[in-house]
Amino acid sequence: MINLTINDQSVSVPAGTTILAAAQKLNIKIPTLCNHPDLCVAGNCRVCVVEQKGAKALVAACAAPVSEGMVINTNTLKVRNARKHIVELLLSEHRSDCTKCYKNTKCELQALANEYAFGDTVFLDLVEDHPYAIDRSSPSFMKDDSKCIRCQRCVRTCSELQYVSAITVANKGAHQKISSFHDRPMSQVVCTACGQCVNRCPTGALTEKTAIDFVWDAIYNPDKHVVVQTAPAVRVALGEELGYDPGERVTGKMVTALRQLGFNSVLDTDFTPDLTIMEEGTELLTRLKKILVDGDKNTKIPMFTSCSPGWIKFIEHKYPEFLPNLSTCKSPQQMFGALAKTYYAKKRQLDPSKMVSVSIMPCTAKKFEADRPEMRSSGFKDVDYVLTTRELAIMIKQAGIDFRLLEPSSYDSIMGDSTGAAVIFGATGGVMEAALRTAYEIVTGRDVPFNNLNITPVRGLEGVKEATVKIEGCTDDWKFLEGAELKVAIANGLTNANKIMKLVRQGKAPYHFIEIMACPGGCIGGGGQPIPTSTDIRKNRSNAIYAEDEHMKLRKSHENPDVITIYKDFLGEPNSHKAHELLHTHYTEREHY
Amino acid sequence: MKNKGLNKVDLIFEKVDPKEVLLKAFSMSPEEIIQEVLESGLKGRGGAGFPTGLKWKFTAAEKDPDKYVVCNADEGEPGTFKDREILDRVSYKVYGGMAIAGRAIGAKKGIIYLRGEYLFILPQLQKELDEFHKILNEIGYDFQISYCMGSGAYICGEESALFESIQGYRGEPRNKPPYPTTSGVFYKPTSINNVETIVTVMMIIKHGAEAYTQLGTKDSRGSKVFSVSGDTPTPGIFELELGMTVQEFVNEFGDGDTKAVQVGGASGFCVPRKKFNDTIIGFEGVPTGGSMKLFNSSRSMYNVLHNYLDFFAEESCGQCTPCRVGCQQLLKGVEKVKKGEVKSNYLNELIKLADTMKIASKCGLGQSVGNAFRTIVENFREEIIY
Repeated sequence: MINLTINDQSVSVPAGTTILAAAQKLNIKIPTLCNHPDLCVAGNCRVCVVEQKGAKALVAACAAPVSEGMVINTNTLKVRNARKHIVELLLSEHRSDCTKCYKNTKCELQALANEYAFGDTVFLDLVEDHPYAIDRSSPSFMKDDSKCIRCQRCVRTCSELQYVSAITVANKGAHQKISSFHDRPMSQVVCTACGQCVNRCPTGALTEKTAIDFVWDAIYNPDKHVVVQTAPAVRVALGEELGYDPGERVTGKMVTALRQLGFNSVLDTDFTPDLTIMEEGTELLTRLKKILVDGDKNTKIPMFTSCSPGWIKFIEHKYPEFLPNLSTCKSPQQMFGALAKTYYAKKRQLDPSKMVSVSIMPCTAKKFEADRPEMRSSGFKDVDYVLTTRELAIMIKQAGIDFRLLEPSSYDSIMGDSTGAAVIFGATGGVMEAALRTAYEIVTGRDVPFNNLNITPVRGLEGVKEATVKIEGCTDDWKFLEGAELKVAIANGLTNANKIMKLVRQGKAPYHFIEIMACPGGCIGGGGQPIPTSTDIRKNRSNAIYAEDEHMKLRKSHENPDVITIYKDFLGEPNSHKAHELLHTHYTEREHY
Repeated sequence: MKNKGLNKVDLIFEKVDPKEVLLKAFSMSPEEIIQEVLESGLKGRGGAGFPTGLKWKFTAAEKDPDKYVVCNADEGEPGTFKDREILDRVSYKVYGGMAIAGRAIGAKKGIIYLRGEYLFILPQLQKELDEFHKILNEIGYDFQISYCMGSGAYICGEESALFESIQGYRGEPRNKPPYPTTSGVFYKPTSINNVETIVTVMMIIKHGAEAYTQLGTKDSRGSKVFSVSGDTPTPGIFELELGMTVQEFVNEFGDGDTKAVQVGGASGFCVPRKKFNDTIIGFEGVPTGGSMKLFNSSRSMYNVLHNYLDFFAEESCGQCTPCRVGCQQLLKGVEKVKKGEVKSNYLNELIKLADTMKIASKCGLGQSVGNAFRTIVENFREEIIY
């Protein structure tokens, strides 16, 4: 242990601890900006400088490790003056149109300015010296360089967490900026639209492309029937934007709020994860049968899940040769969209041309996905508008709803029922667990051999997980699987996905089925989720997901009564012709820039 | 302060038999070599002036068997051109010094990071390197040197940015600690030394530390190669004993009308005429990596300052706030003062900013912008304003 003094208080911490972490232990707050708990240390904004006794220069608390006998002061005049200068310098290159900014009151630079830089600044405005154009090319987010403070959180996110590096640092000195390959627009590079950078940007430089106003227009249009679906991960995170602690489930209140906002049908995306399991589980078993029984050389395993649109875009850019391994199932959002304007319209006798389909997602890539040209199986755009968790919170505030006082209510019927299997789609490993619960039962007629259906080996926030399920006691149809060991792998975060994909490319991956979620922790850590994020916050959200699963009466997708009904009344069987028309899709190879 | 006067020396360019010096070095233990260098009092010749022996001692103490000797030949400081001359004339002494450094710290690999603009001398240097490797072979000593080309960024002369560049990354300085002696190129213990430092070591081994300490002063041992430019009838490379005053230097190299000398390049200090007599060139006065620019009364010191600030605003890596934004503010600030768009006392605010940059920037670049700024503004304030 290393002993040091911070602001005259002694503290002992393990070697290698930063001054910042040591100060946190003493509840001494040191302001930071480029620092983020998910990312490597940068030490480039210099906001966290502190004074070390005996050192001429100040040291960056986020980057400097402690040493024995160190004497640190976080609040001297020298420190205050330097910090004020630094914040003012950042403001001088930042286009401060705060009152009109999407991040107003949520901007970390603004918060620092409140503490250190109110009143007149001595510095000159540099914004006018740097011509800029806002990049609106991505359907998911916008990039405004005039608000960028070059903290490089986005760059580190894109390379460390996501192994994508669509954005990187270009040029030097006064011309340094965050850019893409040859300055291409964000829609023309390897960007997966996952929005992890948006989630970590401290200012308004990276923001989701909001659809709030379009949705209000639809709601207030008397000719339109507006259907809304909510993804599983939204209900365990929305509360954070509305004053609750991370991990608080607000499902019922959210449903009430959506009704009060004026949505005509409040439905649950959770209906389609159950459907996804039926389709994807059947697809996996069919693939295995084709390979093992029919000897089909064109059928590919391992099969990859296809729920995460960020992952889909990643594989389209980086591993296009493995597109045939990708499940052809649409994501739950798009299955829902296709059914809303067909099945639901028919049941409710609605004119699909007068329907507007809105989804509330933890995700920015879903905005991109909804815009894909193939997502029009209903004859219309299947999902018209995608809102992130954050955007929904804004709408609730705009409508003046006091969220805490709302009485919980239930989703509408027909496409509102769901199971615990669907809820856990929101956390990494959830799709796998849901699929195993159903597939095992299809093949053996019995429950998966895990206590209370909790397949714990596939749970948790580790980057890569593996599990093996031995299949025993098969029914007659599935005798060829008797005694087989189904090997599965799960990855969350695209850097981890890449680790698995490398093995697959080298032919060293022994798996049959691989679940991949683009975001850290799965959808609970999605790019559209409340800011800030950290491992602890994601853990809380994940716990809430599994708690919701435990509380559900039905916990297996194939037991969902709405799912049973839709196959009986509308789709026929899993993987039927109609199911293929509406619920399955194809993929596109994309450039690697 | 003791004044040694201006004495020309011929040490760096002195012809030696590399094999002879190497055999002498290899007959010594690593500890003995380090001790010799420590006793010589040699400080790094790139400008920062860290004691070379100490650097080697730290690197030698590291347990990792995979270590590197890196020679910094990026020579980007405006007004220095000595390393090119040294490599051009006595590259074998650079190679020899690196091999000795390798022996001292326990490294088997050396990398020379060569300034991008010096690509044209690379074929000759490579040929001479092949010759040198033959000598090492004859002696039976295992040490491999290779070249890595820079690409023209000033910041890559900063040691940790240089490592990043060698590793194929963007040239951005790292957080310190860890220092290069612990985690340098490829995150391995590394001794990084300037070209001239490495050659000096070769000469210290040849002549002995005791002989070397006869040269220079207590704080600035030995001699130094100076790159002399600006308003001088005799521009060029000169090796001089350390310890002279600026006045003595100006007497030798000035054109009779010298009003200021910029010692140490854009990141160095401006010495005005009135301080020539009591300013010693060396670590007790104004340290320098070798750049000596003379300005006569025909020069506008505003233009000189503007040129430096323009340079820094361009050559900052842009990573840290004080340096990236500070350089732009200083540049724009002096422009506004000159145009009368802000009051002249705005210069006081800019000096405060330069002071913040000195204590809050991540690396030596941002920390030293204030040197030239402060010394030019303080000594030539009227030229900046009017």
